[in-house]
Amino acid sequence: MNKVVSGADEAIRDIEDGMTLMLGGFGLCGLPENCIAALVKKGVKQLTCISNNAGVDDFGIGLMLKQRQVKKMISSYVGENAEFERQLLSGELEVDLIPQGTLATRCMAAGYGMPAIFTPAGVGTEVAIGKEVRSFNGKDYLMEMAFDADFAIVKAWKGDTMGNLIYKSTARNFNPVMAMAGKITIAEVEELVEPGELDPDHIHTPGIYVHRIFKGVNYEKRVEQRTVRKKE
Amino acid sequence: MLDKQGIAKRIAKEIKDGYYVNLGIGIPTLVANYIPETMDVVLQSENGLLGMGPFPFEGEEDPDLINAGKQTITMLPGSATFDSAMSFGMIRARKVNLTILGAMEVSENGDIANWKIPGKMVKGMGGAMDLVASAENIIVAMQHVNKAGESKLLSNCTLPLTGVHCVKKIVTELGVFDVLPEGGFKLLERAPGVTVDEIIKATAGKLIVEGEVPEILI
Repeated sequence: MNKVVSGADEAIRDIEDGMTLMLGGFGLCGLPENCIAALVKKGVKQLTCISNNAGVDDFGIGLMLKQRQVKKMISSYVGENAEFERQLLSGELEVDLIPQGTLATRCMAAGYGMPAIFTPAGVGTEVAIGKEVRSFNGKDYLMEMAFDADFAIVKAWKGDTMGNLIYKSTARNFNPVMAMAGKITIAEVEELVEPGELDPDHIHTPGIYVHRIFKGVNYEKRVEQRTVRKKE
Repeated sequence: MLDKQGIAKRIAKEIKDGYYVNLGIGIPTLVANYIPETMDVVLQSENGLLGMGPFPFEGEEDPDLINAGKQTITMLPGSATFDSAMSFGMIRARKVNLTILGAMEVSENGDIANWKIPGKMVKGMGGAMDLVASAENIIVAMQHVNKAGESKLLSNCTLPLTGVHCVKKIVTELGVFDVLPEGGFKLLERAPGVTVDEIIKATAGKLIVEGEVPEILI
């Protein structure tokens, strides 16, 4: 059950124009940097990207936007990206803004084999337009469908050759739920080890969900808002 | 009149021992600085952390550890990390006791708008729609009027809504207001040096003033 590929280029080799991709990360934290770079290099276009954010102008998915590789973004928050805003306001880019919890739970539903979920987020707002509303115990909920993605691309801290993954701190974010949700899931990790080296009780994503894994290189891990305090 | 720190200080008094609290971006983030040390309060960051601590010391920033505002932070002893689905699971299941967030507009029936200005700003709702749809107790921290001098406490919101009938309390630079279940902003306290007349003038929605209105103590 060896899932190891040589690197990002091999991992994304069969991603084609027009596909739907999930990309893990929150802001610039926990991004699959190697795969994003490979997608930029490969130049695939007309992509639908499901990702909480759209990166910044020169990092993360922002790099793919700059090259006009993205047809549609499905995100919860897209501030901090001027090129994104320009493409959106000019109509070059389709954008589906959805509540963050809805985004995460639609990924989760896909990974748990459930076609839809019910959430109160967005009831009474424009997010509810065209959606089925169901009332449970006197409260209204929107029916939201599980995502259907061709590929999920995630970043983990450690992984083994069988695809078991462990994430670090808040770099976990959307990565585990997206890892569960792709028809094909690609994981890039900082540390790739042999089976048995990770404690089974500490695994966040069981390898059954992961199809390809490789050790990433040259992580920049850019910080969006560096906030510190002085030592007293 | 209260400054941003003053608004944060006043809101901190709403936090009770044992609370799990989610703080939004902006003034709400400042509230963390005024929670008494004697109180046992756990801060939730919706990108997947319970037990958020202060900013790291210079040189100790960890790019893998940020809050929902994308700022570098620390974890306190007893912290737990989790994925985004679980994070909003605990919010939806009402395990988080109090949500404090900013707003562009609040209506007298508790509707809130804070994610979009059509044609101008398209940043998105982030976790705000999930939070306001599920939280048991929502306090809004905001300026009373916008940059154009127009009241942000309205009869009806004019901007696209984030949630309906959800805001319970508002703290602005002018005062503290309850949003009544039957509709209307009830003036509870006024900021130091601010008269009731000034608050009436700055409030476009239905304002309810009963008897003497005490000054905010912070």
